[in-house]
Amino acid sequence: MLNKIYDWVDERLDITPIWRDIADHEVPEHVNPAHHFSAFVYCFGGLTFFITVIQILSGMFLTMYYVPDVENAWKSVYYLQNEVAFGEIVRGMHHWGASLVIVMMFLHTLRVFFTGSYKKPRELNWIVGVLIFCVMLGLGFTGYLLPWDMKALFATKVGIEIAASVPFIGELIKILLAGDATIIGAQTLTRFFAIHVFFLPAALFALLAAHFIMIRRQGISGPL
Amino acid sequence: MSNNRVSRRQFLNYTLTGVGGFMAAGILMPMVRFAIDPALQTKAEGDFVQTSQKVADITEEPVKVDFSYEQVDAWYTSEVTDTAWVYKSGDSIVALSPVCKHLGCTVNWNSDTEHPNQFFCACHGGRYEKTGKNVPGTPPLGPLDAYEVSEKDGFLLLGKKIANNLA
Repeated sequence: MLNKIYDWVDERLDITPIWRDIADHEVPEHVNPAHHFSAFVYCFGGLTFFITVIQILSGMFLTMYYVPDVENAWKSVYYLQNEVAFGEIVRGMHHWGASLVIVMMFLHTLRVFFTGSYKKPRELNWIVGVLIFCVMLGLGFTGYLLPWDMKALFATKVGIEIAASVPFIGELIKILLAGDATIIGAQTLTRFFAIHVFFLPAALFALLAAHFIMIRRQGISGPL
Repeated sequence: MSNNRVSRRQFLNYTLTGVGGFMAAGILMPMVRFAIDPALQTKAEGDFVQTSQKVADITEEPVKVDFSYEQVDAWYTSEVTDTAWVYKSGDSIVALSPVCKHLGCTVNWNSDTEHPNQFFCACHGGRYEKTGKNVPGTPPLGPLDAYEVSEKDGFLLLGKKIANNLA
């Protein structure tokens, strides 16, 4: 049945070559943990992506209950965690996954660094990777505020003060982030929500696409 | 033993699909259950709500009775005001919901001069007789819902909505 559907689509759209390009590629011996166990370090990039997918999925589901409003944000988080079935699990996935994605990404960066994989001709991919790192930290920073509890509020106050310490344009960055010159409040929360669920994910998707197209075009770097 | 040899490729396909499916299910199951939770919540029993309508004052003519109660909507609790059309039918009291069974607009008693002594919905001209029975040929396909009624200290109490058994 599935084969028939596949054949029907393939006959019309010739999707097999596309599928080949995505899934059919060489895995050299030196990156295959079945050959050298130490090659597991080459899995960190894929694991980062795997956790990112979990973050996207759990985040999509969390927004079914969450409201980015000073009156209701904390209440809605409390409700979805304690009153909705599996709420603790879904919020837990997003909460712990957020930390894990940073850890995995850092390990991936170390692997690329110590295998020298950033060298010519892969400099551009290193740059894109660093941009992804920045976007991920931005996602972590903006997401931290959303539960609107004491920890979130004061962490954001500190974060915004750090941003405000930038010479010359610090004050401007602060106002743009907080939405107000003095208050960390209603506008800060809606801004951080918009940045967290629309702007940064859009940037992340574009950068990830570039990252993956480049690695496929250039192949995995050779053995040490 | 079957004579079909399982090739290495087949074996890998099956195990990887199995393990992958198991992982995907483990990730998606909590999220899907989380999302469909509203459909699986058990409905709370409707308590009777006190109104300010004295039972002794109810006549054969339907009157509008407003009543309010506390509504818990997930993390938002608020005071909600609802309405019923109340009249006396013989010895019993009838309380009808003003929600039109066509598309949910609000009906009024005796508001259409061409059709006196009927409930009338201004949206699409739906009409109901005094019992709540929908007039054939007008948009609604069923009678108006009724409220369970009770009495306490001379005042009218309204319960949950039930199917109209007068019409």
